[in-house]
This record gives sequence, structure tokens and C-alpha cells, in this order.
Amino acid sequence: MTTVTPSGNNELLGEAVAMRKIGRLERFLGPDNYRIVQGLFKTPAAIMGTVLIVFFIFIALAAPVLAPPLGDPYTIPRDGFKAEPKPMGAEWRSKQPPLPFWWKAVTGKEEWVHIFGTAQGQYDIYYGVIWGTRTAFRAGLTVVISTVLIGVIIGAVAAYYGGIVDNILMRIVDVLYVLPGLMATLILAAVLTPLYGRTTLPVMISLIAFGWLGYARIIRADILSVKQRDFILAARVIGVPDSRILFRHIIPNAIFPTLVLASLGIGDVVLSFAALSFLGIGVEVGYADWGQVLAFARNWITSLNTYWYLIVWPGVTLVLFVLGWNLVGDALRDVLDPRLRGKV
Amino acid sequence: MINYIIRRLLLVPVLLFGVTILIFGMLQLLEPDERVSLYIRGDPKSDAQVNAFIKKYCLDCPFYIQYKNWLLGTVDSVTGEREGGILYGNFGWSKTGSQPVAQLIARRFPNTLDLTLWAVGPVIFVGIWLGVQAAVHHNGIIDQIARIFSIVGTSFPTFVFGLLVLMIFYANLQWFPPGRLSDEFTRVVNSDQFTRYTTLLTIDALLNGRFDIFLDALRHMFLPILTLSYISWATFLRVTRGSMLETLRQEYVVTARAKGLPERDVIHKHAKPNAMLPVVTLAGFTVVGLMGGVIITETVFNYPGIGSAAAEASVQLDVVTVLGFALFNGLILIVANLVVDILYAVVDPRVRLS
Repeated sequence: MTTVTPSGNNELLGEAVAMRKIGRLERFLGPDNYRIVQGLFKTPAAIMGTVLIVFFIFIALAAPVLAPPLGDPYTIPRDGFKAEPKPMGAEWRSKQPPLPFWWKAVTGKEEWVHIFGTAQGQYDIYYGVIWGTRTAFRAGLTVVISTVLIGVIIGAVAAYYGGIVDNILMRIVDVLYVLPGLMATLILAAVLTPLYGRTTLPVMISLIAFGWLGYARIIRADILSVKQRDFILAARVIGVPDSRILFRHIIPNAIFPTLVLASLGIGDVVLSFAALSFLGIGVEVGYADWGQVLAFARNWITSLNTYWYLIVWPGVTLVLFVLGWNLVGDALRDVLDPRLRGKV
Repeated sequence: MINYIIRRLLLVPVLLFGVTILIFGMLQLLEPDERVSLYIRGDPKSDAQVNAFIKKYCLDCPFYIQYKNWLLGTVDSVTGEREGGILYGNFGWSKTGSQPVAQLIARRFPNTLDLTLWAVGPVIFVGIWLGVQAAVHHNGIIDQIARIFSIVGTSFPTFVFGLLVLMIFYANLQWFPPGRLSDEFTRVVNSDQFTRYTTLLTIDALLNGRFDIFLDALRHMFLPILTLSYISWATFLRVTRGSMLETLRQEYVVTARAKGLPERDVIHKHAKPNAMLPVVTLAGFTVVGLMGGVIITETVFNYPGIGSAAAEASVQLDVVTVLGFALFNGLILIVANLVVDILYAVVDPRVRLS
């Protein structure tokens, strides 16, 4: 990496600046944003969070190799239909999916087993955990990207035009905020399920419908501060049209903190998605999704001392996933704090 | 002060109108024949009857007429009785509960209120205490443990935590069962020997002099309370710690120390009252949230409150019931948020002026 050393006329300033070498990445991102990226690797907690996230990205990408599918990859394969869960390591009896190539090399066995056991109805828990990672990323990314887009557009319009537009949009946000998040998502998903069937769609739409509120508020506040800066006034003075000022000058300068926070919102989205799935809202029984897998344990609460693997494996996976995002989020929030104080 | 209260009160009709429009809008996503249960009891018997009802209650009319009917109901021309009308407390017929939605809410709400009553103490005060300790011993052992606890706490989904404590305290140790009451006591409570003075089970048990029922009810509420506490401690800890740290840096605290006051007085008499301001809001919203029914906790522990009722209805796609709960929830929240905001303005003069 080549480094650029700025030279200053002022001797003192030049000396102070020359102490620090400025890398290409820092030039590209600018000092503020560079500081945010640095935050990812600053503390042990942040590093652990980054490692966890990378680990889950790996699992999601490698899902077909880790647990080869049989037919539709998002349907958990079943080994028979008996209610009673089978213990960990039980042999696969019927309708066995293809054996992953690494299985023999690692264990020396010819038979594919239920690594984490089976749940009620003989759904393979291991498969659900592995492919559930893909479901988590798919749902998380879709919801977060959509909510940020909606939030940024509405927040930007409200902040830029101000006055009555701002007032109406923010009152709409207030109204949508009245119902607690989960309750609101729950009812909308219940209304939408007959329209879209038991797919991931109703829950994702509901999460989007009530998820953009926070982003709209944050971006609105950020834009209100950027709006006051001199370069915006300058643009206005030379007659740049409103839409160009908004999309080319204001938003690029205000959006980065929101984007960072939003990317970390994936943890929360996945949590809500799993919670609704756990309650039995959204996807069909047997869909590869962590909430679904955990829901299988609900009928075995009296005998969880025997069937502990029903909740421990999917539970630990979900906790680690959310923990990863929260650890990174915490570190970044510390970096962002001076700018975000009081806005979140 | 009066000014602030008036400004805040003016927001209430806006919110009420908004929430009713929101819920009415969701109802409009249903087919007209599914909306019949807003007005009649039970299931209609034939398609012809359904069509007659659609005509009678104007369920295919323009939305503003439907909205008016939904709010005020319609008066039957023959019997002169009012049918429907949420303003008259008629939230429609619950197909899954086989009773009017309002009655279902009235039956379930006391349980949620009972849980709230007992959960408030552990949920709020322990969390605040932890936060103060963490701030006072800033960067010390307690602080580090508290921070780890807070981040792990926020990452632990309610239902995973709930299932884990059920595994330990119910399946393994058999100490704390889920549900509301043991079978033998349920029979007593439903019989004539037991008078329902307040509909809150624990209070009624005490008033009836049945200490065994009281203890049994508490035993069933232990795990939900533990779960709720654990989940909210993380938030309380974080907010209290942050606010307390900020306050301890202020000059008047330094002055108090310089005067030679004992550290205990500096913390508890000077710093703490001011640091509690943001915590008061959080506590207000937490109590309101508990009253609105905690969907997942109630469902995991099979606790018959309004949260689990809403979840059951939405799993079975009984939209009229779910929206009835949502409406009730929205009304509680609007009123309670108003109270919290005004109380906060009383406590903190800065709010009134902004």
C-alpha cells in the first residue's frame, strides 16, 4: 500500500500531520468513515464479533457442502414420521440425503447420521441449523436493505422539505410506533398470510412495513445537520435543483452512520423473524429456519431433560449469530457515539 | 407546564385516529365475508346468509362508510339493537375463542396485569441497582461483568432463554411449572368457595385467605418473571450506567466531594436522583410494554395473558380477534405513553421547554 504524506506550510501543523501516515483506504473513505471501519478491529469484543459473522457467512455459503439437500433445499429432510425425537448420532434410516464428501474422511463412517439428532416428526436438526443460516441471511439482508431504502427516502424527504411535509411524515411514524414492534409485525403477518400463503413473504413484508421507522428518524436528524453546512448553501445559491442537492450532495454526506447501523440491524431482524417463526407465524412447518427448529421443542417441554438437544443446538446458533452482530454493533456505536448521541 | 400538557394532549386525537385507520386498513385487506364476524355472533350458516350480512352491514360499501360503521356500529331496524361499533366496546366475534373479542380480552387481561404487578419490582429495581453499581465501580470488576452480562443479555432471544430455564427448572428440577395454577387449585378458584374480588388471582387468593393458592400462583409466575427480568436488566443496566457515569462527571458532584461529604451520600443523594431521569422514561415504557402483554414470554410459559391470546389467534389466522387485541393494545399504549410523558415533564423541567 502506498502512503501519502501531506506537506504543510505551517511547521507545527505539518509536523503533527506527518506523524501519521494516511493509507489508501483512509483516503478513499475519508477520515470519519475510516474511523468507523477501524472500529471493527479495535477491541477484542469487536474482533470476536467480526469472526462470528465471518463464520456464519462461511456456513451460509458452504451449506450445500455441509448438509447436501434432498429436493428443495429449504425443506428439512425427514427420516420417517414418528413423533419421538431421536438422539444425536442416530443412524439415518429412510430417504437419506446424499452423503457429504468430507464425512468419511473426518469420521471414517459410511453412514450419514443425525449429527444433532432429530426433532418431533423426524426433522433433522443439523440440516435445519445449517440451512437456517441461509434463511437468516436471506431474510436479514432483504429486510434491512428494503427498510434502509424506505427509511432513507422518507427521512430525507421529511428533513429536506421540512414544514408540513415533515410534520405529516413524522406523525405517520409516530402512529406506526404506537404498537410495539412484535405485536405490529405479528398482526400484519397474520393478515398477509392468507394472501401470500405460508412462505417467508408475509413476515418479511411485515418486518419491512414496521422496520423503516427508526432509520427514517435517524437519517432525518442527520440530514437536518448536514443541510445547514456551507456547501449546501453554495449549491443552492448557484441554482442546483432540489432533487440533485438532496440525492447528490446531502444524502451521500449523511448516510454512512445509518448504513453502518443498518447493516448491524440484521441481528435484530433475524431475531424477530425467528421469534415469529417460533410462534408458528409465517413459514410452513419443516422450513429450514432456526425459529421453526426451536418450535419443535414446544411439545416436549416436560421431557427436555432427555431431549435437551432440541433447544441447545438451534438455540446456541441463534444466540451466537445475534451476539456477533451485537458485539460489532457495540464497538461501532462507541466510535459513532459523538454524532449519534441522543438520536437513537 | 400547562402549555406542554396541552401540546402533548393535542397529539392524542392524532394518534387515536392514526391507530384506528391503521387497524381498519388491515381489516380492509380481508374479503368482505371474513369481516362479517365484526358484527354477528357465531358463524353464519350459509352463503346466502353471508351475502345478506354483507348487504346489511354494508361490507362492500366505500371505505369511509365502512369506517363509520366500524367505529359506531349499525342499529338494527327491527330490534333497535346496536351491532358492532368499536367505540361501544364491540370488537367483533372471536372465531377461535368462541366468544366476543371484548370478553376474551376482559378474561385474559387480569392475568397479564397480575404478571406485570409482580414483575415490575425485579425487572426495574434490580436492573437499576446493577447499573448504579457498574457506574460507581467504573472499569472495575463489577463493571466488566455487568457489561458482558448486558451484551450477552441483549443477544439472548426471549424464547431461547425461556426454553432453557424451562429445561432446567421444570424438566430437570421440577421446581417451577409453566401455566397459571395447579389443577387442584384451578378447581377451587372456579368454584363458589372462591370469591373474585379484583380478578387479579394473587390478590384474590390473599383476600380469600388462601395462602396456598397465592404461593402456587407465584410459583407459576416465577419463570416468566425471571425471563422478563433477565431480558430487561440488560437495557436498564446500560441506560442507568451511562446516565450515572455522565452525572458523576458533573461539577456539582465534584463540589459535593470537595465539601467532604461521605461517598455514599454523594452517590445516593446527589448523583442518583439526577441520573434517574432517562431511567424513569425507560421504566415507564417497560411497565406499559408489560401491560400490553408480552407475546413470547407468555407463549413459552403457556401463561394465559393477552399476549399469548394474540399469538394463538394469529397462528390460526383469526384476524378479527388479532386486530381486536391490537386495538386494545394501541389504546393502552396511547394513554400510558401520555401519562409517562407528562410525569416526565413534571420530574424534568427541561422537557417542558424544548
